[in-house]
Amino acid sequence: MAARVRLANMVGTAVRMLEPGPRSVQRAAMQPIISISNLCKTYDGGVQALDNVSLDIAPGEIFALLGPNGAGKTTLISAVCGIVTPTSGMMMAGGHDVLRDYKRARKMIGLVPQEISTDTFETVWATVNFSRGLFGKPRDTAYIEQLLKDLSLWDKRDAKIMELSGGMKRRVMIAKALSHEPEILFLDEPTAGVDVELRRNMWNLVRGLRERGVTIILTTHYIEEAEEMADRVGVIRKGEIIVVEETAAIMRKLGKRQLKLTLSEPMETVPDALAEWELELADEGHCLIYTFDANDESTGIPSLLKTMSDHGIGFADLDTSKSSLEDIFVGLVHEEPAAEQEPTA
Amino acid sequence: MNVRGVWALYVLEMRRAWRTLWQSIVAPVITTMLYFVVFGSAIGSRIEDIGGVDYGAFIVPGLMMLSLLTQSISNASFAIYFPKFTGTVYEMLSAPMSPIELVIGYVGAAATKSIILGLIILATATFFVDVRIEHPLAMIAFLVLTAVTFSLFGFIIGIWADGFEQLSFIPMLIVTPLTFLGGAFYSINMLPELWRTISLFNPVVYLVSGFRWSFYGEGDVSIGLSLGITGLFLLLCLGTVIWIFRTGYRLKE
Repeated sequence: MAARVRLANMVGTAVRMLEPGPRSVQRAAMQPIISISNLCKTYDGGVQALDNVSLDIAPGEIFALLGPNGAGKTTLISAVCGIVTPTSGMMMAGGHDVLRDYKRARKMIGLVPQEISTDTFETVWATVNFSRGLFGKPRDTAYIEQLLKDLSLWDKRDAKIMELSGGMKRRVMIAKALSHEPEILFLDEPTAGVDVELRRNMWNLVRGLRERGVTIILTTHYIEEAEEMADRVGVIRKGEIIVVEETAAIMRKLGKRQLKLTLSEPMETVPDALAEWELELADEGHCLIYTFDANDESTGIPSLLKTMSDHGIGFADLDTSKSSLEDIFVGLVHEEPAAEQEPTA
Repeated sequence: MNVRGVWALYVLEMRRAWRTLWQSIVAPVITTMLYFVVFGSAIGSRIEDIGGVDYGAFIVPGLMMLSLLTQSISNASFAIYFPKFTGTVYEMLSAPMSPIELVIGYVGAAATKSIILGLIILATATFFVDVRIEHPLAMIAFLVLTAVTFSLFGFIIGIWADGFEQLSFIPMLIVTPLTFLGGAFYSINMLPELWRTISLFNPVVYLVSGFRWSFYGEGDVSIGLSLGITGLFLLLCLGTVIWIFRTGYRLKE
C-alpha cells in the first residue's frame, strides 16, 4: 500500500528537463509536436487498418485515442514508433520525419505497449538501464534510481522480472519507456488489467508527467480514463479518425441531458398535447423521458411541466442526467457513415 | 552511430551467455572432448598420419569449425528469435538504432561467444594432442570471418523462423551434416574421385580446408579459394540482412 501511495505521489523525476506544459488555450498557436498527415496502412492480408489519418498533437497535452477493438489505435501508435511500416502518408515527431530522420524522432519517444513484454530473466535494474542505453543515453544511475523509487520498484531492483506481479511488470514497462527521458510518451492501454487503485495512481503519474511538459498519447477502453485525464480525445473507427475535440467541448457539443419524470399514473401513449417535446415513454408507461440540449437558450422544461399540469398529468419524482463520454463514444462508433446507410443499387 | 545502443545490445547478449554458461560453453567443450576421446584416441590410433600430421591433431581445426558453425548459428538465431517470441522486439524496432547497428550488436555478441568457445576448444585440445599453428594471424582471421559469417546466417534463420522447430531445422539437418561431410574428420583427398568432386560443392569444405591450412600449412583446396568462398557467403548473408531490414520481412508488419 505504501508503495502505491508513493506512486500516487509521483510527479515524475521521469522527465526533469522540461518546463511546465502549455494549456489548451495556447494549443492552437503552438507547433504540433506530433503531426500525422494522410496516413494509410493496409496489411498484407488486405485489411485497411488506417485510412487517410491526419492528426496534430500539441506539446504538453494529454491526448486520448478511443475506439473499439480493431479500430486502428495500436496500428497508429506502432506506425509513429517505427514498429509498423505505413503504406503511405507522413509523420513528424518534434519536427523530425519519423521515417527519414527516424533516429532523432525516436529519441524523443517512449512507448509502453499494450502487451506486457519484458525479458523475464533480466533484473529490473538491468532491463531499465538497458533501455536507456539502447536509446543512446549515457548511464545515469541517480536518475534510474529515482525513477524506480517513483514507480515503487526500487525494492525490487534486483528481482528478476519473472518474479514480479502483473502490476509491477506494467510499471517496469513504464520505467523502461521513461528511462531515456522522452518528450513524447505513448501509452497503449496503460491500465488494462490493473486494479482500480493502481489505475488511479497511474492517472496521477500521467498528470505528473504532463506537468513537466511531456506529451502523452494514450489509448484506452476505459472512457472514464479519457474523461478524467485527457485534454482532447480522438475517436477512431475502422481506421478513420471521426472526431477530434477537446474533452470538455465534445461533452458540451455532443452530450445530451435527459429529464426523467416518474408518473403518478402510468399511461399507454404520450398525449398529443405533449407531442412537441418528442417525449419517450419508458418503464411500461411509468416514466416520461425528455431529451434536451442544455446549451439551448430555452430547455423547454418549464413549458413542459406547465402543459402537463394543465392536462392533469401528475408526476411523483423527477431526475436529470447528462450523457457521459461513454454514451457519446458508443453513439459515435455505432453511427454508420451516410454512404453506408444508402441501399446499394 | 548510436554506439551506446550497440554496446547496450552487445552487453545484454553477452549477459545472456553468462546466464546460460552450461549451454553456451560447457556443453560444447564436453562434446568436443568426447570427439577427441572417440576419434582421436580410440579410432585415431588406428589411422596413419594425414599429410604428416597426427590424426588427433589433424581433426582439431575441423572440430573447432564444427562448434564454431553450429554455435554461431545457434547464438545469433536465438538472440533475435527470442525477442520476437516474447514480444520484446518492439523495443529494438522503436529505438533509435539503424539496421546496421542492430546487426552489429546481435551478430557481434554471437560471434564473440563463438570465438571464445573456439579458443576454449583449442585450449582443451592441447591437453590431448600436440597442436601447432603455422599461421596464427590467418587462423584468427578465419576464426573471426567464419564466426561473423555464420552468426549473420543464424540471424537470418532467427528472423525467418516462426517456431522453435524451424529454429533448429537448418543447424541440425543441414549445417551439421555438411560439416561432417566437409572434411572435419578427414581430408577429402582420401575420398574416391567422384565423391571428392561432389564434396567440392559443399561450402564447408572450403572453411575447414582454409582453417586447417592456417594450422598445418596444407589444405584440401587453395587458401585463396577458401577465402573467396567464405567471403562470398559473407556477402550473401549481408545482402540478405540488408534486404530484411529494408522490407521489414518478418520483423515489421
